[in-house]
Amino acid sequence: MVENRRYRNILAYLVLAVGVLIVAFPVYLAILASTFDAATIINGNMPLVPGDQAGENYYRTLFIGASRSTREPVSMMMLNSFIMAMGIAIGKILISILSAYAVVYYKFPLRRTAFWIIFITLMLPVEVRIYPTYKIVADLGLLDTYTGLILPLIASATGTLLFRQFFMTIPDELLEASKIDGAGAFRFFKDTLLPLSVTTMAALFVIQFIYGWNQYLWPLLITTKDNMQTIVIGIKKMLTTQDALTEWQIAMTTAVLAMVPPVFVVIFMQRFFVKGLVETEK
Amino acid sequence: MAGVSLDTVRKIYAGNVEAVKGVSLGIEDGSFCVLVGPSGCGKSTLLRMIAGLETISGGEVKIGDRVVNEIEPADRDIAMVFQNYALYPHMSVYDNMAYGLKNRKTPKDEIEKRVKEAARILAIESFLERKPRALSGGQRQRVAMGRAIVRKPQVFLFDEPLSNLDAKLRVQMRVEIKRLQRALGVTSIYVTHDQVEAMTLSDKLVVMSGGQIEQVGSPSEVYRRPETRFVATFIGSPPMNILPGKVEGNGRVSIGGQSLSVSDMRDGLAVGSDIEVGLRPEDVRAGATGQLSMNVDFVEELGATQLFHGKLGGADFIVQAPTGQIAADAKQLSLSIDPANVHLFDPQTTKRLGKA
Ligand SMILES: Nc1ncnc2c1ncn2[C@@H]1O[C@H](COP(=O)(O)OP(=O)(O)OP(=O)(O)O)[C@@H](O)[C@H]1O
Ligand SMILES: [Mg+2]
Repeated sequence: MVENRRYRNILAYLVLAVGVLIVAFPVYLAILASTFDAATIINGNMPLVPGDQAGENYYRTLFIGASRSTREPVSMMMLNSFIMAMGIAIGKILISILSAYAVVYYKFPLRRTAFWIIFITLMLPVEVRIYPTYKIVADLGLLDTYTGLILPLIASATGTLLFRQFFMTIPDELLEASKIDGAGAFRFFKDTLLPLSVTTMAALFVIQFIYGWNQYLWPLLITTKDNMQTIVIGIKKMLTTQDALTEWQIAMTTAVLAMVPPVFVVIFMQRFFVKGLVETEK
Repeated sequence: MAGVSLDTVRKIYAGNVEAVKGVSLGIEDGSFCVLVGPSGCGKSTLLRMIAGLETISGGEVKIGDRVVNEIEPADRDIAMVFQNYALYPHMSVYDNMAYGLKNRKTPKDEIEKRVKEAARILAIESFLERKPRALSGGQRQRVAMGRAIVRKPQVFLFDEPLSNLDAKLRVQMRVEIKRLQRALGVTSIYVTHDQVEAMTLSDKLVVMSGGQIEQVGSPSEVYRRPETRFVATFIGSPPMNILPGKVEGNGRVSIGGQSLSVSDMRDGLAVGSDIEVGLRPEDVRAGATGQLSMNVDFVEELGATQLFHGKLGGADFIVQAPTGQIAADAKQLSLSIDPANVHLFDPQTTKRLGKA
């Protein structure tokens, strides 16, 4: 029985290890490629140990950029992506927590209708409503602005639903105790709901930051200036140059750089998850 | 300090559910009033209307001399203890108790003084810095009480505060609540469906059923002279035996042909008419020469006492006796009862048919 379990464990770990290898290998290749010069990558026999061009590649990528395709240093693109991702994550948390608070704790006419209208937006991601959204953003003169990048992506229901579900698990007595303790609607929100929502907020932040960071179609449509392009667009442009050789070492370095902020966000936010899980109890 | 008075208070929930049907009640300043009744009888609703957590559909609620119908809960000068404690999970015990005072802009040193004092009274000083999560059920209950005490309110409201505790702790906390209320002298209204809690805690016992008051009185009045069959069977454990009988006249009734004398019997009842006879299991004596005979089906052991279950006059009947007084293998019991302990009820209205 014990033996049996041992073998099953070994088998399970083997399968997992193979899975990890399959996922991790391309990432490793990208990191590897960011340490060679273009010629080594292109000749098709790239060694599996890192080369000596890392310093040169990262310096050029960050501060000069791919000279023929994107014409902007990648640090600029990262800043753009970062502002967009942060804007979406924070904006979404703000809007969601407030709308969920309204839907759960206030009785107003057409409350259910309001909730269902919010709910329905789940079925309308940006890609589906892209034409009207583009039209509105263009008419408002928001093309090539951060506001234009951020605002349309904030409007969707995932966050509202998440907070609504969470608020519904908070016992009514907590609200009633607050009322008796003299806390009005705003104090209850600030002193009780917000602290209890930290974990949910951290989760939503991670999801939305990565969602924003990885946006492709929307930034592609509404940004035309070089200094507004995001890193995802940048990578795409580097790979499809028409009149010149792809600068693979720059593209791969950019790809590696593009992975860094999401990884940091996950690692950093993990602390809040753990803290939140340990501290809150309903 | 202040008393509480209710004048034909009603609550109609959405969908025309009438949860409280015109309740009038006066609660004297400093007294301990317990609302007791079966699940769904509207006792929580009534309490929550006094607290201001439910709007009042009709009638008037007064705390002291002030009508509070339209006043916010925080301004009614009440404090409430909830069944699930409703402590703020993210705040320390200290902050849980201080929160209400902070919100009403009490000076810091005054807050500290009051919280420390309440903590001392409740013996929770050693975990003021802990979060509620790190406390046992009984300790959380104390913190919830502490949160009520620091406010120095006119009225304490309790909604089944002990039902989440185990049996032993419940008894212990019950005694503490009583002691605390005596010491502080704050008018208290306490909701429970546990009749032992109701009997032991109350100065004034209010038995409710179906959104209405069945009877108000001191616990002993309610026990000795239940006004309705509902109260008779609800208060007392095991519940009062109710047997169908007939009026014989001259202060006598018969049960299955066996005659019984009654001291508290209304005059002028028609001879031969149906009547319900209530006998408490603990009031019945078994002996050699009783008026009633009962067949025993089985015996339940409670330690100090035994319960004899059987049939009398065709109806189920329970006799409670100190262990050893009746032979446990008895098949037939001869029962006698003090005429003062016989309760009569009208089978139609279920009201008591006692002397006017
Ligand atoms: N929000 C509500 N909407 C409609 N009906 C309600 C609402 N709250 C309670 N009721 C009804 O009102 C009646 C009284 O409820 P209440 O909570 O006061 O009962 P209770 O005596 O406290 O019972 P328990 O001992 O189970 O707590 C019940 O029939 C209940 O179904
Ligand atoms: Mg209740």
